[in-house]
Amino acid sequence: MHRFANPTRFLRLSAAILPWSAGLTIVLMAVGLVTGLMVSPADYQQGESVRIMYVHVPSAWMGMLAYSVMAISSAVALIWKHPLADLIAKSSAPAGAAFTFLCLVTGSLWGKPMWGAWWVWDARLTSMLILLFLYLGYMALVSAFDDPARGAKAGAILALVGFVNVPIIKFSVDWWNTLHQPASVTKLGMPSIATPMLIPLLVMALAFHAYYVTVLLLGVRAEITAAKVRAIRLTQVHE
Amino acid sequence: METIRAFFNMGGYGGFVWPAYGVSAIVLVGLIVMTVRSMRAREAELANLQAVLGSRRAAAQAQRSNRKVLDGDA
Repeated sequence: MHRFANPTRFLRLSAAILPWSAGLTIVLMAVGLVTGLMVSPADYQQGESVRIMYVHVPSAWMGMLAYSVMAISSAVALIWKHPLADLIAKSSAPAGAAFTFLCLVTGSLWGKPMWGAWWVWDARLTSMLILLFLYLGYMALVSAFDDPARGAKAGAILALVGFVNVPIIKFSVDWWNTLHQPASVTKLGMPSIATPMLIPLLVMALAFHAYYVTVLLLGVRAEITAAKVRAIRLTQVHE
Repeated sequence: METIRAFFNMGGYGGFVWPAYGVSAIVLVGLIVMTVRSMRAREAELANLQAVLGSRRAAAQAQRSNRKVLDGDA
C-alpha cells in the first residue's frame, strides 16, 4: 500500500490510467445510451418510463460507492496518516454528491409518473437525501479550516460517523415498508430483471464507474499540486 | 418522421425520461469540466511559483558571484 503513498508514483500511475478511464467512459456511455434508449424494450408495467432506471440505478450505486471510498480513505488517513488518503477522500466527495443528487432528481422524475408523487418521505428516499447532506456537510467542513490538515481530520471523522447511513440505504427497502421497489440486480441468486434490460443497466453502471475513476484521479492530481503550492509558500514565509 | 416522434414521445413519458437524461448529462459534464479547470489552475499556479522561485534563486546566485568578483578586486 505504501508503494502508492508516494505522490510522484501516484502521478505517474494516474497519468497512465487517465486516458483509458476517460476513453472507456465515453465508449461505455455511448453504448449504454444506445442500448438503454433505443434497443432495450419498454417495461410491461412501467412502459418507456423504465428507461430512467439506466441513469437512476447507477447513480444510486455510485453515490454509495463514492461514500464508501471516502469513509475507507478517511479511516486510513486517521489510522496510518497515509499522505494520499486525505486527498482521495476529499476528491471523492464532489463526485459522490453529484451522483447522489442525480439519483434523487432522476428518482423524482420516475416517481411522479409511477407513484404519482415527486417525493415521499419514505426510508429509502430519506436516507438518500441524508447521504447528499453528508456529502455537502463534509465538503463544507473540510474547507472551513485555514489549516488543511485540521479540515481533513474533522472531515474524516464526519465521513466515518456518516458511514452508518450506507447500510441503512442499502437495507431500507427490506427493513421498512416503502413505495420504493427492492433490489432486483444484487439479489442473492438470479437477478430478477430481464436480460435486455440488465445489459444497458450494467453497461451504464460500468460507464459511471469509469467516469468516477476519471474524476477521482483528476481531483487527486489537483490536490497534490495544491499541496506542493502550499509547501512552497510555507518555505517562502520562513525564509 | 413518425418513428422519430415516437422516440421523443417515449410512450407519453418523454416529459420525464428526457429531463432525467438531460440533467444527468449536465451534471456529469459540468463536474468533469470543473475538475479539469481546477486542476489546470493549480498546475499553472505551481509552474508560476516555481518560475518565480527559479529566477529569484538565479538572481541570488548572480549577486553572490558578483560580490565574489568585487571582493577579489579589492
